[in-house]
Amino acid sequence: MSQSQRKAVALISGGLDSMLAARVMLDQGIHVEGINFYTGFCVEGHTHAIRKKDQAKPKRNNALWSAEQLGIKLHIIDIVEEYKEVLLNPQHGYGANMNPCLDCKIFMVQKALEWMEKHGFDFIITGEVIGQRPMSQRKDTMPVVARESGALDRLLRPLCAKNLPPTLPEREGWVDREKLFGFSGRSRKPQMDLAKHYGIEEYAQPSGGCCFLTDEAYSRKLVDLWHARGERKYELDDIMLLKVGRHIRPRPQFKLIIGREEGENNFLEGYRKQFVHMYATSHNGPLVLVDGRLDNEDDLQLAARLTARYCRVPPGEQVAIEVNYVDGAHRQLQVDPLPETEQKLEWTLQ
Amino acid sequence: MSRVQVDARRLLCPMPVIRLQNRVNELQPGDEVEITCTDPGALNDIPAWCRINGHVVLGSRQVGNEWIIEVRVRGDNQ
Repeated sequence: MSQSQRKAVALISGGLDSMLAARVMLDQGIHVEGINFYTGFCVEGHTHAIRKKDQAKPKRNNALWSAEQLGIKLHIIDIVEEYKEVLLNPQHGYGANMNPCLDCKIFMVQKALEWMEKHGFDFIITGEVIGQRPMSQRKDTMPVVARESGALDRLLRPLCAKNLPPTLPEREGWVDREKLFGFSGRSRKPQMDLAKHYGIEEYAQPSGGCCFLTDEAYSRKLVDLWHARGERKYELDDIMLLKVGRHIRPRPQFKLIIGREEGENNFLEGYRKQFVHMYATSHNGPLVLVDGRLDNEDDLQLAARLTARYCRVPPGEQVAIEVNYVDGAHRQLQVDPLPETEQKLEWTLQ
Repeated sequence: MSRVQVDARRLLCPMPVIRLQNRVNELQPGDEVEITCTDPGALNDIPAWCRINGHVVLGSRQVGNEWIIEVRVRGDNQ
């Protein structure tokens, strides 16, 4: 890298747009390094890593893969703790589900700015395109991101720069504005054409699907968790567990997390010391975590019968269920599986 | 030269990479790290992270449901 070469930090999500934005800058002789933020809600890899049936699928991290294709360094930053404030108190509200997209973008650009200043870089680039997303990528919200993040005119969006006022890197001639783009709208064709131009044939499918918070079922489980606990708080384990298993809340004070297959059961095994858990000893069936309180014998029986319901049980047979408490105590129950007709639809959280 | 262990068991992608990255940032060139993971995705992610950052994967092995990956920190670690 020459003394005068300018340096940009690129927000790399693993999708096509951020990859193209970085590629455009590399083409202009800019030194680019990538940054990727881990909020805990990233879809990346989790369910593939857990579910046995998905284990044959490639388990690559798309941000790492993109960086490798681009030949740039990638810095992955854990922002799980700091992100809580963004999710719990978004100044600009939520999208269709629990997704605080605009606050999220502002926060990430702000973190990128901190990184940029600490490491002596000159500006930030993103793969944003005007009109691509209904909340964070609109013509009226793009200046909000630049302003509220503090990045101001050091934030350059190479794919739609021609639709926006010139930024510092353009005004100073660090980059040639004429070689930037004026993409807008939800069409993916301009990006696909540009990808073709660069010979990029393989990339992660672009969509809103990189964050669990845009998912309706996931958001419903998150809201249920807060409601049940009486406070809007979470830890990383909470939000990981929302991605795994069948979640059934038969009583306000407890829900069951039921492994759906071997991979999920193995994952839930890692939580045995933190949760009351139960499983059948007489039949094949899932590992079940109890999140909350079993207040009395009725609660315990109901949880055990639900556990038995998801076992492979011939009609008319009872199931032996072992219940394990966090203090190491355990007990055996002999129960009838709860008939499907007695399991209320509203108990199921997804 | 030192050799350190990183425990990334029960962590899912990309946390094992983050744990490794943060530890490597504290190490000297030539130091070695042995990271233990339970997410098989680490078998792709850690070598990819090493390749783009110039570190060397010395080897990997499976012990039960765990994977142990050995990494040597690049010569000009910064």
